Formats: sequence, C-alpha cells, structure tokens
Amino acid sequence: MEGTMQTETTIRAESGIESGPRGPSCSLRHFACEQNLLSRPDGSASFLQGDTSVLAGVYGPAEVKVSKEIFNKATLEVTLRPKIGLPGVAEKSRERLIRNTCEAVVLGALHPRTSITVVLQVVSDAGSLLACCLNAACMALVDAGVPMRALFCGVTCALDSDGTLLLDPTAKQEKEARAVLTFALDSVERKLLMSTTKGLYSDAELQQCLAAAQAASQHVFRFYRESLQRRYSKS
Amino acid sequence: MAAAAAVVAESLAGYRARAARAVLEQVVLPGEELLLPEQEDGEGPGGTGERPLRLNAGARSRGRVVCGPGLRRCGDRLLVTKCGRLRHKEPGSGSGGGVYWVDSQQKRYVPVKGDHVIGIVTAKSGDIFKVDVGGSEPASLSYLAFEGATKRNRPNVQVGDLIYGQFVVANKDMEPEMVCIDSCGRACGMGVIGQDGLLFKVTLGLIRRLLAPDCEILQEVGKLYPLEIVFGMNGRIWVKAKTIQQTLILANILEACEHMTADQRKQIFSRLAES
Repeated sequence: MEGTMQTETTIRAESGIESGPRGPSCSLRHFACEQNLLSRPDGSASFLQGDTSVLAGVYGPAEVKVSKEIFNKATLEVTLRPKIGLPGVAEKSRERLIRNTCEAVVLGALHPRTSITVVLQVVSDAGSLLACCLNAACMALVDAGVPMRALFCGVTCALDSDGTLLLDPTAKQEKEARAVLTFALDSVERKLLMSTTKGLYSDAELQQCLAAAQAASQHVFRFYRESLQRRYSKS
Repeated sequence: MAAAAAVVAESLAGYRARAARAVLEQVVLPGEELLLPEQEDGEGPGGTGERPLRLNAGARSRGRVVCGPGLRRCGDRLLVTKCGRLRHKEPGSGSGGGVYWVDSQQKRYVPVKGDHVIGIVTAKSGDIFKVDVGGSEPASLSYLAFEGATKRNRPNVQVGDLIYGQFVVANKDMEPEMVCIDSCGRACGMGVIGQDGLLFKVTLGLIRRLLAPDCEILQEVGKLYPLEIVFGMNGRIWVKAKTIQQTLILANILEACEHMTADQRKQIFSRLAES
C-alpha cells in the first residue's frame, strides 16, 4: 500500500506534474481555495486541484417555490454548469450525487420551508472533476454559514491496468485507467457519504481505494482548516 | 493497508473533542465537539469512566451554559455547526457557565426575536404590510404596530418605504412578525425612515462589530461629518449626511471597514479629516 503510493509520487515527479502539497506520502495534486470571492451569493468558493478548477456559489436559506417547499426541512438544490454548452445527462447525474452528499451533512431541519441552492460552474476540467466539485461545494456552504453536521470532501482514485492505485488522477490518467472511483467522506468519523465508480475492480481493490481515500481526506481536511483559519485571521 | 488504517486512527484521535475554554477566540469548524468546563475534569478525553450517580445532578452548581448561534446540543455533547471564532460571555453572577457562540461572517440573515432590522415594504394587504428583511420569507407588520396608530388614524406607509423595527415573533416554524413600538407603545426611534439617505448592505459580522458597545469605528465616523445612521441587524445600513457626496464617502468607508485593520482605518480617517 505504502509502496504503491511511493512509486506513484515518483512517476508524477518525472512527468513534471506538481507533486503533492504535503510531503511524499501524499500524492494529491496541489490544492488552492479562495472563499467569498463573489459579491451576490451568500457564500462562494473556488477550488483548484491541480489544473481542475470549480467555482461554487451558495444561496440560502432563501425563499422557496411553493411547489418545492418541504414542511419540515430545507430544500436543497444543486446546479452544475459545464464549461461549454448546456448541462446534459452526465451533469444531472453528478448534480444528484452532490445533492445527496450535501443533504447528508446539512442540518436542513433548522431552516424548514427554505431553499439552499448550490450552483457549481466548471472552470476547467483536468481530471477528478466530481471530487473538486464536492470540495468547492463544501467550502461554499461553510462560507455561507449553512449549519452542518460535519465537513465533507471528495477524493477520486484510479486503478491502472496493472492494479496500481492513483489518487486524484488527471484527465489522461482517468482515461487510461481500468476503474475510476470517487468517494465523499465526512470529517467527524471519516465515514463514507457517497461513492460512485466506473470500470472493473475487485472487492479487495475497492477496500484498498477506500482506505487510500480516507488517508487522503485527512490532507484535504487539514487544508480546509488552514484556509479557513487564514480567512478568519483577518478580522 | 495496515499503515493506512493506523493513519486514519491517528487522525481520529486528533479530532477528539477539545475543551471549549482552550479554543476560545479560535476558529472552530462544523462537526467539532467541545467540552464544557464541568465535563473536562469528569470525563476528559478518554476518561469516560463511570461516575457516581448524583441525586442533585440537575441542580447546577457551576451555573447554566447557554448555546448560542453556531452551536447545538446532542445529548450532553456540544457540537459546532458553523465556521467561525468561538466566543464566550461570562454570566452576570458567579463563575462557570455563561454563553458560548460562534462568530461567523455570513451574509444571509435569519430572523431572531428582539433584533432591530431595516426592512423594505413590499406589499400592503388589508391591515398588514409585508416587509422584506432579507430572510427566507417576508415579515408581517400590522398597521396598528406604530406609535399613535389607531383604527381611525392609520400610519402613512407606502410600498417601497424603509421601516426600522423589531421582531416580536421569529422562529423557524412561523412567519416573522415585526413591530415599530416597544412594550410601552412608544416608537423609541423605530418607524418609517425618512426620505433621502442611502441604504447599503454589509455582512452580518460587520454590523455586530459596529454595534458593539466599545466600537471605535463609529466614534471615528462621528467625528468626520454630522450624520444620521441606522444599523439593522440584517446587514443593512442607512446613512444620511448633509450632502450626497458626504453620504457616499461615509457609505464607502463603512463598507471598506470589513477588510481593514485598525491601523489602515486610522490612516484613512486622518487623511479624510485633513481634506
């Protein structure tokens, strides 16, 4: 396990892609996050993972259409806009995955009969898009001050044809991979909130990917904490 | 595999509940668990040993702890739901207890009973006005809730007017209700805000900072020009000075205070005082 991750880092270093931000044991691409960059939404964030970049805006708790009103909790809506063209089936499916993840952590019961809208705009897609969308959505929700049970993050794993595990793959690596697995994990118990997979993999490989994602989530959460502390250090 | 498991276990240990006193004025994140002073010594981290059953466990010897915005109770655990700085206020009498809350920088207002806010009248329907306060639904305001208003003597309120009022009903399950009188029936500065002036929005954190009893910004602003100013807890500020130019300068300063340090602010104020 440790061995595979080590080799993975060296491969990246050779191909000139930026290595993980925190030491050789973490093979995630470089993160960057900026919060509160839009003036109109109640909360906003842009999240970068390597060359993948997503901009998120959150509106809420706001007024809700009568047809979508839920009497005992907030209505959560997620809209994902692709970089070019109109949203298609792929976007709709991702929207649903992100919405289900958000619903698991947002304390909607505190704001019944309101709507919380998350709008995600893909700025550039260079692999691990869904994970980046999840991270951007989480940071925007935190920025908007929506009450949450826990934070969440998305981690993508790719399995090579020879069974090598890659964390946070680029678009090229995703295309060449035998299987691509994306997990959403919460910050309190590091439990799985959502998982979506594509391709062929064995039971053991799934467990291996999940363990790797859990280890990687620790880095993401540490990054969350650092970037939020920086934001609040100003006041 | 084993290595990864160990890392996860270690990280979980790092995420264990921290004592509320130790993280005061620090940034807390949603999902964190806080320990209150009385829990610290009894069942500190790891020490969930059996405690002797006490008959008067309900009788609080240490004073009552109140959970403010951004915190919630789950059983006897105190959990954080919003990101921000943890604040604490000692109770008036005795030690221990007091109010804990999370000071976050959000923009969206959620009505709270007793808050003074600035609203915009959006509709008149029979004997109530609908007032937009920036929350999830418009607040209602009775035409009788003004100073000196009777069934004969209706207040002169038009759609589009600004109202400074107070919430008497505000909870998650009901429509919020505003009034423009206090419990004795006096206006106390509330009511329709006059013509002219400028209304603008800032974050809720800035409003709370400006309304703090020892706020320097407001004293400095007051020295600059003579002005009329109204702060709504919903993030709205109405300001009026002698000329439009002065009004705009004041609005820009207050908006900029959000991201300025005390030194930067003093520089700007001294430069403005010279010109």
